Amino acid sequence: MTVFAKELKQSVKAWCIWTGAISFLLFICIIMFPEMKNEMDDVSSVFANMGGFTAAFGMDKLSFGELMGFYGIECGNILGIGGGFFAALCGISALSSEEKEHTAEFLLTHPISRVSVLMQKLLSVLARVVMMNIVIVAVSLLSAAVVGETFDIQKLVLLHTAYLVMQIEIACVCFGISAFIRRGSIGIGLGLPLALYFMNIIRNISEQASFLKYITPYAYCDASEIISTSQADAGLLALGGVIAAVAAAAGFLKYVRKDIFS
Amino acid sequence: MSVISADQLTKSYGKSRGIINLDLSVDEGEFFGFIGPNGAGKSTTIRTLLGLIYPTSGRAEIFGKDIVKQKKEILADVGYMPSEAFFYSGMSVREVIALSAKLRKADCGKEAEALCERLGLDTAKRVDELSLGNRKKVSVVCALQHKPKLCILDEPTSGLDPLIQKEFFDILKERHSEGATIFLSSHILSEIQKNCSRAAIIKGGRLIALDSMENLSKTNAKRVTLHGVKTVPAELGARNAETAGDCVSFLYSGDIKLLLSVAQKLPIYDMTVTEPGLDEIFMHYYDSDNRGSAKDGEKA
Repeated sequence: MTVFAKELKQSVKAWCIWTGAISFLLFICIIMFPEMKNEMDDVSSVFANMGGFTAAFGMDKLSFGELMGFYGIECGNILGIGGGFFAALCGISALSSEEKEHTAEFLLTHPISRVSVLMQKLLSVLARVVMMNIVIVAVSLLSAAVVGETFDIQKLVLLHTAYLVMQIEIACVCFGISAFIRRGSIGIGLGLPLALYFMNIIRNISEQASFLKYITPYAYCDASEIISTSQADAGLLALGGVIAAVAAAAGFLKYVRKDIFS
Repeated sequence: MSVISADQLTKSYGKSRGIINLDLSVDEGEFFGFIGPNGAGKSTTIRTLLGLIYPTSGRAEIFGKDIVKQKKEILADVGYMPSEAFFYSGMSVREVIALSAKLRKADCGKEAEALCERLGLDTAKRVDELSLGNRKKVSVVCALQHKPKLCILDEPTSGLDPLIQKEFFDILKERHSEGATIFLSSHILSEIQKNCSRAAIIKGGRLIALDSMENLSKTNAKRVTLHGVKTVPAELGARNAETAGDCVSFLYSGDIKLLLSVAQKLPIYDMTVTEPGLDEIFMHYYDSDNRGSAKDGEKA
């Protein structure tokens, strides 16, 4: 597991920055909740006048006066965008950075198979995503305890499981893409989750765009639906898992036969 | 026994050529030179042999093992030094060397330390801070610390100062005397001539000569110098003509009787005919006007 350990060590700084930033924003949001709860009447009237915007972010189904509702909307957006970006950047740089920074020649002239390199790199990406989510959940629970609130644990677990699957799907898709490219990975890494995020907003606004739920993983981690129904869409979650597996497999197939020029 | 053998090895990049029908054989314990200018196909050959790129057709073996199917086993006994050395940003020299040893699942601490000392390498420095020469030194240590049976070195001395170059070749000679096979790719002809027992010359992706250094030097081309004239008569078909003072020097590979009869008619007061150096042999093979286009017939 030399490559796995190297990948984790090399990315520890970026992991700390992303995890720290997302955790800090979640902490700030949660400690704002008691004040938000007291001003709920004013907030509700503001949202009532926002039309499609309310539906776009699922605010028509959730109450800002309850911790889960507030957490689902505010913290869900932070985790959705931040976690999606982090997962995408981890995945997209996993293989392409070796060629971009000309280190592939060093790595692949050692007695290690490409399949092993791929396995260890993918595991490292997934480990970083999982560890970030563990820290985030812990920070959320602690933050709620600080302000004297408690989460509905079942809904919280469902919500975070869905976000974790979403991030894994994005990471795997980007990992697969990473095997096909040599440069320009950052643009794809930032563009893909952003595009998927906006697809979900469009899906929320227009019923004609409901087919987008089969494309964007943000559909199955829509906080408004998970929290209001206390269940996640198992079909879409499974589809997300399949897409992740297919994308990673495509990356494997490409990389084991890829010409490495530098 | 052949340590490296390539049979009609070809690599093309779409419409661009890489290497074409390369037949190559390097014996165990040889100090083998691989000569060619930039873009001739040296690095493509090496990258194909090491499994970084896949052959379009043909096949090759290292230690009798297929370069595509048994790459991992082959690489366990190979030390490779690339022409340009890049390492993971943020790592120290010590960490890079240790990573290379870990990837080989080998304990190379003592050998690495000895190599670093001989090359004057500061292992505490970060690789990002290193000059080209010092990056090359890290590359030398990574390539040699596990005492490989085969060392594949691609332009190893570029960036190394003369003293370190000498130390580097001393280390290579020691490894060679211990039984290692050395495959030295270079366009610096003097280092090939000085160190190698056999060499191959590559041009335009094709191997145009493969022979012992002795036989390569016995090419029928001679360096002829005529004193007293400044031009070479066209009928001699001379190449690489150079005029200096009152004499002209050129490479000649035609009939010696023709040379003598033409020279008799010229107002010369002296004539010398010498064996060309490796650089001239190289030019002989590379001369675009070379009759027979690099003479496939001269290919060993």
